[in-house]
Amino acid sequence: MELPQPDITELNRPYWDALQQGHLVFQRCGCGHAWLPARHECPACLRAGATWERASGHGTLLSWVVYHTSYHPAFADRLPYHVALVQLAEGPRLITRIVDGHERLTGDAAVELQVSREGELALATFRLAPAAR
Amino acid sequence: MSLSGRCVIAGIGHTAFGKLPGRDIPSLHVEACREALNDAGIDKSPVDAVFVKVPTSAPQFMVGQKVAEALGITPRIGGAWDQGGAANITLLSFAVMAIEAGQCDVALVSYADNPRSGNRAVFARPRGDDAPYGWFSTAAGYAMIQRRHVIEHGTPPEAFGAVALASRRHGAGNPWAQLRKPLTMDEYLASPWVVDPLRRDDCALVSDGGAALVVMSAQRARELGVDKPVPVLGFGHGQTSFELPQRATLTRTEAARAAATAFAMAGARPQDVDVAQLYDCFTVTVLMTLEDYGFCRKGEAAAFVADGAIEHGGRLPINTSGGLLSETGMPGLQLVMEGVRQMRGTARLQVPGARLCVVSNQGGTMHTHSTLLLGN
Repeated sequence: MELPQPDITELNRPYWDALQQGHLVFQRCGCGHAWLPARHECPACLRAGATWERASGHGTLLSWVVYHTSYHPAFADRLPYHVALVQLAEGPRLITRIVDGHERLTGDAAVELQVSREGELALATFRLAPAAR
Repeated sequence: MSLSGRCVIAGIGHTAFGKLPGRDIPSLHVEACREALNDAGIDKSPVDAVFVKVPTSAPQFMVGQKVAEALGITPRIGGAWDQGGAANITLLSFAVMAIEAGQCDVALVSYADNPRSGNRAVFARPRGDDAPYGWFSTAAGYAMIQRRHVIEHGTPPEAFGAVALASRRHGAGNPWAQLRKPLTMDEYLASPWVVDPLRRDDCALVSDGGAALVVMSAQRARELGVDKPVPVLGFGHGQTSFELPQRATLTRTEAARAAATAFAMAGARPQDVDVAQLYDCFTVTVLMTLEDYGFCRKGEAAAFVADGAIEHGGRLPINTSGGLLSETGMPGLQLVMEGVRQMRGTARLQVPGARLCVVSNQGGTMHTHSTLLLGN
């Protein structure tokens, strides 16, 4: 079954287009603040006009959960599956998945970007960094 | 001028809890309000304010006005508040402030919802734009927070279990409780995963039901001859971001700001508290509330709850009527009502000589928090 699809808008299209190219991008304001997901105004200084910046791909695994029940039919045959929370080296945090699988995860593990393809969709997933494996 | 102690909870009332098919939300409100007015020993004629929580399972237009209509009341002030499970103490706070500002005389604070026999899809909803990763459900957000607490502080499963055991033990003898089955630690640890690290027995019940409070000034309560009015000594609130990844920390919550405001208003300290009713939508919430309220330091809740300390007869009994894990999954008013009973001295599991009760309400995935201090 097809995964639930993201709602791609004019605002967040650069994010999804970059993933198709294999890159992860986030927004940065002239004031220096950086964030995800896309928004029109900077939540620090409230100005519009943020630019997209390519992430280094380095991050830290803050937490994760393992689903033993599915809340959407597309995930029923993936049980148990996990969802992780990663903080990028540049600051923004995002919901993601670690491709190594949940059995190998440890708190604050170093991770690096590894884009995953799910049909037409490119998702910002991560792998454990060599030091964390 | 401090508002501490100037207003009272004059009456409490509730419906049955559990599965109540065939009852609509206004009907549950009316039953709860009728019982609360009966408990206060007054009729509805002086009521000129109706504050209600938006029903989580069925958000709707002007629900406050629908409830007032069903009650046959034309309020001076009121309406519905959308703040999740923190809303009830917030609405009680608004009622106190409105009374003291001369905007109303007697207020009803009322809650009703029927997610058990009605629609519970809200609890399984996708979280923001992250559905392609499988990021669904209310429970998963709490699981994410719980894992971080374990990573930072090494919190063992038995600490979460201690919370479940306390609520389940206290609810077991409560004839109103939806789940009257005590729990052992072995049973808790064997409880199946929902979203690891959350076990089934970490999770609140899903319940139909309603509850209501009658709020007025202490002076009005004397004039109306209210028996055992319970003074509202303090309240406070705190709120954070909607999306969990946007928070600077997962393990320190808005409970800290809410409690600091409430304790300052009451001129009290956590060590003065005799009994606590702590929002136990998931067990991790209780552990983090104990820490953020200052009952113990951050990361030390596991030691605090060990050896029955939070059970009746322990150092700080919590959720003496069973909380969300045993009495009813209703978001918060059962805790306020039990706080009122403890301060009246009429609780089934009464804490002898209790003079100060703290109540916490919390909404969303630790998005919102409200704290109430009751005295006698």
